[in-house]
Amino acid sequence: MTANHELQFTPEGKLKHFLSIEGLSKSLLTEILDTAESFASVSDQQVKKFPLLRGKTIINLFFENSTRTRTTFDLAATRLSADVLNMDISTSATSKGETLLDTIRNLEAMHVDMFVVRHSISGAAHFIARHVAPYISVINAGDGNHAHPTQAMLDMFTIRRVKQDFSQLRVAIVGDILHSRVARSQIQALNTLGVPEIHVIAPKTLLPAKVETLGVKVFNDMEKGIQEADVVIMLRLQKERMTGAFLPTESEYYKCYGLTQDKLKSAKPDAIVMHPGPINRGVEIASSVADGMSSVILKQVSYGIAVRMAIMSMTMQAAGTQ
Amino acid sequence: MTKTSFDIQVLLNQLEATLKSTITERQINDPVMIGIHTGGVWIAEQMHQRLNINEPLGLLDISFYRDDFSQIGVNPKVKPSQLPINIEGRDIILIDDVFYTGRTIRAALNEIFDYGRPRQVVLGVLIERDGRQIPMKPDCVGETISLPQGQRVKLIGPENLTIHIQTINQAA
Repeated sequence: MTANHELQFTPEGKLKHFLSIEGLSKSLLTEILDTAESFASVSDQQVKKFPLLRGKTIINLFFENSTRTRTTFDLAATRLSADVLNMDISTSATSKGETLLDTIRNLEAMHVDMFVVRHSISGAAHFIARHVAPYISVINAGDGNHAHPTQAMLDMFTIRRVKQDFSQLRVAIVGDILHSRVARSQIQALNTLGVPEIHVIAPKTLLPAKVETLGVKVFNDMEKGIQEADVVIMLRLQKERMTGAFLPTESEYYKCYGLTQDKLKSAKPDAIVMHPGPINRGVEIASSVADGMSSVILKQVSYGIAVRMAIMSMTMQAAGTQ
Repeated sequence: MTKTSFDIQVLLNQLEATLKSTITERQINDPVMIGIHTGGVWIAEQMHQRLNINEPLGLLDISFYRDDFSQIGVNPKVKPSQLPINIEGRDIILIDDVFYTGRTIRAALNEIFDYGRPRQVVLGVLIERDGRQIPMKPDCVGETISLPQGQRVKLIGPENLTIHIQTINQAA
């Protein structure tokens, strides 16, 4: 069986599926960021739509709800002139007992060119990529606790737009690392792009075992962890994934790990604050920080469209040359 | 024998002269000039000045409109197009450096028409070479030349514009 990261490429080495940051080179990540830069630079033009994917059909296959991610994928595909179908799985055949493979086979029979997949089970997008017809591209829009590579790339894009260069940065990631597919993908991308210092900050119960092996420094004390940071990434407290006793109370979590103006003073004066959204105000971040001068949270959303346009056009191009 | 050296001033003068007579002939009024990124913009800058055009020069990057996307992919350094706010009903002079297959012009027209419906479009190019692949032809030309398929015309600039004939592995 092909290794997971090899699955992403055509025999000629072009990016065909975008499933995980793992196994992608620095030059490929840079090419994605450069291509996204082109799309971002045309996003304030009067006409934002280009005929690059005209005639292609893209299905947003969301087995798990996400308004923001789905909307930005939808807009990205529409701006590339593709036809988009949003499948609401909770009302579809899988809830009537159809297997995932049967769902895929049926959609394939409708001559689809790309699946954008979000699923609560880790590895779902890889599974689909392994089994789809050879002309179809699969993009992972988040699978279980495993990966959320387009989110990581839009975060890298946001960092590069503000800080220009990755090679001198200290980036702190704060919060529920254990349940966060975003954090996992971010750490891989930051390491690949050459960020020298990555700090992860969380209570012990919200850290995966042997997290240090990912190439990060671990802190349990927030102020120490974000000290002199250039970038502070806050993660959402994923209440829907908390099945055991991970935390005492939300208010205690806020006291220790919530980002307030006061705690932010430990970071560099020009530090930026990021969050993949949706934010829990007063749980992991104070409103004054989320809406404050250092926050680039809404920029992340705008850039998400350009980054997804870049990834969609690159993977479709590889599929087109097969 | 393929021509290998060009006097750029002679070509610019010739293009200017044919543009002027076309402007009269086609009754072009208060035109909008648009240059195609990158070489076309350099030539358009010269023509814009020589023809005393009032409207600021428009720039077009047609990378996202190309029809060979599935073969060559996205060019990761696309510049935003800058067109005047309203081109509806206007007379447009579209400028490129080299006319070859005609595909760039098709893409440029597609992009222009996404912004509105001009009254008329006139195409001026510094050099027209053989190798057309679609029914498109420039109205005003600095010089027409013949080149073998494996060679291409390259304009170097923007300072001291010069024209070079390059040999390539595959026809562009």
